[in-house]
Amino acid sequence: MQSRPTHIAPETSTSEIVVSNDGTLLTVTLKGVWCIDTPLPNMEPLRRLLTSCAPRLKAMAFDASGVTRWDSMFLGYCRKALAIAVEAGLGVDTGGLPPGAASLLDLAAKVPERKGAARHTRAEPFLARIGSLAIGSLQSMENLLEFIGDVTQACGALLRGRAVFQTSTLSSLIKQSGIDALPIVSLISLLVGLILAFVGAIQLRQFGAQIYVSTIVGIAMLRVMGAIMTGIIMAGRTGAAFAAELGTMQVNEEIDALRTLGFSPVEFLVLPRMLALVLMMPLLCIYADLMGILGGFIVGVFMLDINPLQYLSSTWQSVPLANFWIGLVHSTVFGILIALAGCYRGMQCGRSASAVGQATTTAVVTSILSIIIATAIITIGCEFIGL
Amino acid sequence: MTAPTPCLEVKNLNIAYGDFVIMRDLDFTIDKGDVFIIMGGSGCGKSTLLRVLIGLKEPSSGQVLYEQGSFWDGDEARRAAIRRRIGVLYQSGALFSSMTLAENISLPLQQYTRLKPRDIREIASLKLALVGLAGFEDFYPSEISGGMCKRAGLARAMALDPDILFFDEPSAGLDPVSSHLLDELILELRDSLNATFVVVTHDLDSIFAIGSNAIFLDVESRTMTANGNPKKLLEEATAPNLRRFLTRGKE
Repeated sequence: MQSRPTHIAPETSTSEIVVSNDGTLLTVTLKGVWCIDTPLPNMEPLRRLLTSCAPRLKAMAFDASGVTRWDSMFLGYCRKALAIAVEAGLGVDTGGLPPGAASLLDLAAKVPERKGAARHTRAEPFLARIGSLAIGSLQSMENLLEFIGDVTQACGALLRGRAVFQTSTLSSLIKQSGIDALPIVSLISLLVGLILAFVGAIQLRQFGAQIYVSTIVGIAMLRVMGAIMTGIIMAGRTGAAFAAELGTMQVNEEIDALRTLGFSPVEFLVLPRMLALVLMMPLLCIYADLMGILGGFIVGVFMLDINPLQYLSSTWQSVPLANFWIGLVHSTVFGILIALAGCYRGMQCGRSASAVGQATTTAVVTSILSIIIATAIITIGCEFIGL
Repeated sequence: MTAPTPCLEVKNLNIAYGDFVIMRDLDFTIDKGDVFIIMGGSGCGKSTLLRVLIGLKEPSSGQVLYEQGSFWDGDEARRAAIRRRIGVLYQSGALFSSMTLAENISLPLQQYTRLKPRDIREIASLKLALVGLAGFEDFYPSEISGGMCKRAGLARAMALDPDILFFDEPSAGLDPVSSHLLDELILELRDSLNATFVVVTHDLDSIFAIGSNAIFLDVESRTMTANGNPKKLLEEATAPNLRRFLTRGKE
C-alpha cells in the first residue's frame, strides 16, 4: 500500500495539518501552536479527503506530538474532526492527542445531546407567518376581553362598596397622576395654545379678523386639544409607569402572591389606578384648557395688539359651552383607556427584564392609539347628536 | 396513634401547556401533619405542580381535593374559602415591594380579621420575630437580603395560621446554617400549629431531615414514579433515576 501524503496548505504560519493516508487508517498529524489567537484551519480538505477515500477507510487517528501549545481552539477542531469521522462511520482513536485534550473531549461527549431541546429558528413562509399572527391576535383579543370583563366586575364591586384595595395607594396615585403632572401639562398646553393662535393669526390678520383668534383657540383647546394633549402626556408618563410597575410585580411573583392571599389583582391594583386617572384627567383637562387660552391670550395681546379684556370677553362669548363638556367627556374616556392599557400590558408581561420594557412600550403605543380612535368615535358621535 | 386524615388529595391530574403535556396521571394524598416533599430533577415540573395545587394554573384534567371540596370544580366562594386556609412561600419571597415588612404581613390580617390596627401590628411583629426578623418591621424588601426576604415571606404566609403551607424551593439561595434553621422552624411549626407542609425542593439534606412523605417526579416519563417516606424510598426503591437522585449521583 502506498502512502499518499496530502498537504493541506496551512492558513497560518503557526499550525499545520498533514493528513497522511495509510490505506485503511487516516492519520491527522497536527503541529505547531493551536490557540485562540491563531485562525482555525478549514475542515473542507479533511472532509473531501474522507469522502474521496471513504470505501477503504476504517479508522481515524490523531498524532499531536508536534503541538507545542493548545487550548479550546484545538479542542474545537478535534471535536469537529471526530464528528465528521463518526458520521462517515469510521472508528476513532484519540490516543495520539495530548492527555488533557483526550479527557476533555470524553467529558464533552458523555451526556448525550438532549433531543428536542435545541431551538430551530427557521424562517416561516410568508403565509404561515400571517396565519400565526392572526391566530395570535385572536388569542390576545380573548385575553383583552377577559381583562375588560374583570375590570367591569371590579367596578361593580366598587359601586356596591365591596372592592378591596388600599386607600393609601389611591391617595399616592392621585398625587402622582394629578399634582405631579401639573408642570408638564402647563408647559405643553401653553405652547399648544400659543402655536394654534399663531398659526390662526397669520391667516386672519390678512382679513383684519384677528379677534377671531380667541374663538379658534378657545374652541380648539376646549373641545379636543386640551384633552388630547393631556391624554398623550399622561399616556407617556402614567400609562408607562403603570405598565412598568405591574410588569415588575408580575416578574417578582407579587401578583401571584396577591392571588394566593385571596385578593383580586384587578381590584387591588387596577381599580385604584383607574379611579385615580378618571378623577384627575378631567381636572388636568380643565387646567390645560385654561393654559391653552392663556397661550392664545399672549399671542393675541402681544402680537396682534388686541385689548386684553376684549380678547377674554370675545373668548367667553364666542365659544359655545358645549365644547367644554365635550372636552371633559373626552378626557374622562382617555383616563379610562390609559389606565386599562397600562395595567393590561403590565399584567400580561412576560417574566424577564426585557419583557417589562416591552410591556411599557406597548402600553404607551396602545394608549395613544386608543386615545386617537376614541376621539374619532366621539367626534362622529357628536356629529350625530348635533353638538 | 391516630389514623392519618387526608387534607389534600390529588386524583388523575394532568397538566399541560396547550398541547404540550408536562405531567400526567398524578395521584397522591397528603395527610394532616405531613411534611410532604415534591421532588424531582430539574425541569420535571415541580413548580408547575405547585402552581396547580395553589390555584394559579388550571390542570387539563383531574381533581385537586381540599377538605372544603374540589378546588378547580368549585365556585369562586369555595376557592376563596380554600385560599383563606392555605399559605404560600414563593421562591424569592414575593414580598410586595412598595410595602414594609410589617405592612406585608398586615395585609391579609387587615383583609380577613376584624382586629384593630394596633393588634394587627403586634401580630405582625410576632410573626417576624418567629422567623428571626424582630426589629425589621419598617424595612422595605429592597433593603434586606434575599434570605431575609424569604423569611419575611414565610412570616406573611403564616399570618393567618393556615392549615397547609406550600413552600417553593425554600432552601434555594440559603447558606447551610440558614437552611438547617429553616428545617427546624418547619418541624417546630408543624408540632405547635398542627400545620401540614408541602415542600417543593431538591435539597437532599432537608428532604431526609424533615420529609415524612414524598413523591418523585420523573422528567423522562413525565409522571410520578415513587410515593412514600424519603428514607424508606432510599432503602427500598430500585428505579435508577430515583436512586441516582436520592444518593446524589453515587448509584
